[in-house]
Amino acid sequence: MRTPLVSWGRLAQREALAVPLNRREVVRDAVSTSQRPGIAFGNGRSYGDQALNDQGTVWLTRGLDRFIAFDPVTGALRCEAGVTFAELIDLALPRGWFVPVTPGTQYLTVGGAVANDVHGKNHHRCGTFGEHVTALTLVRTDGEVIACSPTHHAEWFRATVGGMGLTGVIVEVGLQLRRVPGPWIDARTQVFESLDAFFELSADSEQGPNAAEYSVAWIDSQSVAGGRVRGAFFSGDHAQSDAPLRPARVLTARALPAFAWVRPATTRLFNEAYFRRSAARAGTSRQSYRAFFYPLDGLLEWNRLYGGAGFYQYQCVVPEASQREAIAELLREVSAAGAGSFLNVLKTFGARAAPGLLSFPVAGTTLALDFPNRGSATLRLFERLNAIVSAAGGRLYPAKDAAMPAELFRQGYPCLDEFIAFRDPGISSEMSRRLLGR
Amino acid sequence: MTDRLLIIGATSAIAHALARRRAAKGARFALVGRNAASLAANASDLRARGASEVHVDVLDANDVARHEAVIEAAFTVYGGLDLVLVAHGMLPDQRACELSAEAALASFDTNARSVIALLTPIANRMERQGSGVIAVISSPAADRGRASNYVYGAAKAAVSVFASGLRQRLRGSGVRVVTLSPGFVDTPMTAAFPKSAIWASPDRVASDIDRALQSGFGTVYTPWFWRWIMLVIRSIPERLFVRMKL
Repeated sequence: MRTPLVSWGRLAQREALAVPLNRREVVRDAVSTSQRPGIAFGNGRSYGDQALNDQGTVWLTRGLDRFIAFDPVTGALRCEAGVTFAELIDLALPRGWFVPVTPGTQYLTVGGAVANDVHGKNHHRCGTFGEHVTALTLVRTDGEVIACSPTHHAEWFRATVGGMGLTGVIVEVGLQLRRVPGPWIDARTQVFESLDAFFELSADSEQGPNAAEYSVAWIDSQSVAGGRVRGAFFSGDHAQSDAPLRPARVLTARALPAFAWVRPATTRLFNEAYFRRSAARAGTSRQSYRAFFYPLDGLLEWNRLYGGAGFYQYQCVVPEASQREAIAELLREVSAAGAGSFLNVLKTFGARAAPGLLSFPVAGTTLALDFPNRGSATLRLFERLNAIVSAAGGRLYPAKDAAMPAELFRQGYPCLDEFIAFRDPGISSEMSRRLLGR
Repeated sequence: MTDRLLIIGATSAIAHALARRRAAKGARFALVGRNAASLAANASDLRARGASEVHVDVLDANDVARHEAVIEAAFTVYGGLDLVLVAHGMLPDQRACELSAEAALASFDTNARSVIALLTPIANRMERQGSGVIAVISSPAADRGRASNYVYGAAKAAVSVFASGLRQRLRGSGVRVVTLSPGFVDTPMTAAFPKSAIWASPDRVASDIDRALQSGFGTVYTPWFWRWIMLVIRSIPERLFVRMKL
């Protein structure tokens, strides 16, 4: 069945031969008899071309949405790869468990979380999602089924965690959940007006009396001048409260006219308002996990706000040694280009051994910025940003990427050669062809 | 006491979405379906979601000789049932059914004959029990024969009329009969497809069904607007209707 598909950035609509995988019992047959190459497509939350395969096969994994086992005493869980974090949380939270690591949306699939080895606001404490994965089952296109874990066939595990779906179709995932008292977060908001202040707040939130499990900062990309940049620093811990949560109110951007709402003027207005709101709310408050972790999930399909041309997200990490200069330089470049939008995130990563050969986080600072797609102007800006990241010894995050050059990928991921040996020859995506040649 | 459910056609997306909602409340299940591996996987899913007990039984609905044994087992294992949902069915290739009476009758067997065969002993047991809900999945396609799917529609019409009669017969017995009529349902594996606004998710449909099973009566359309769409379609004069492409 030929089906149009878009990824989260909505940069291009692709047509693919969609093969729905809706029961794990049939995955082996479906994958090994599909036209190749193919690539798994989960819930479409990767921003770029990672799960796209123009005119090729895509295996839709969202139908693999069943749990296999859950032990409410130990928090050990096993599920099919198309289960979303939202479904996982709906199951686990009422019994006192939560996802150990979560990115900023709950609508990604567990399989996608493994393939990108996603990280969250507690990286400095808990590392990446892959650190909490206890087992994986992969189906290769030649029909081989590989069960692996951090100790069993560990080489396959290390290749698959962060492996962009290229080592086989991830069908089952085992996870260790984490205990929480309830759905609430004791959150703290602080505003800052310089990068130095951001780094101080970060260090403060990682250790010492003000240490918190979660921390992340928003910055106003249009406030950059000299060494100044303003923003809001959010930190938080699970609250000792099991008070019930009201059902979520969710709006959708689908009904809005197809128009590029995100432009310099609206961005300026939003940034000003958001900074003032944060300053007014500075201090501590008790928030629902949804408000704290997933503010954007309150507006379904918010990616439509960027209009028909779609948008890019640029997320890099630069190592500790060069982080201050590199982040300042990146922000200056973005500001000089008059680009950027309101989704600008800054966070320090802790020093932890990554579980995957291609895991993104390294000790240092990560910066994520959204850019409405303005064609070659945006791509030229990326060239300048790439040069800064490259000189700083940093790397870009494939989950967000649609434009990085192959050399930058190779340079940023020194374990790439080791990874290649684990690729499934029947699997290829637009991203793998762009970054790896096939 | 938690609810005791028998679901026939338990691997259908709508039935499973409903089962998930009930599992979260600790319900007990007897799942009946054709595919053993899928039934087992669905059973694990419901256990993980909080079902207190799940039994499975493999049955091809067209194997009418086995119906009685399967139904008896389900009624026995929990000492009675609070809900029986008959959800199995197949969407035949309309064109193939036009070319072959055999194909048309085969789909009619699955979608109508087997349903009647199942509902008969189920209704009798429920009547003796004096309580419970019988729910059967029909379709808006039952409301008027249209060129694009009248073979399917005819089978569903048989189911709807049968259920309507059963409802009248069981009135006052303590047993409620609910006919479910879901419109276009977007299954999970089509999440990435662009869909028009009239498509509904299995969970949305299951949520409507869940509510209907607690208090609903008669035929329950889901989403609700199908009642009005079909009212309009039913009221078009035949002379005009035959000229329409539907």
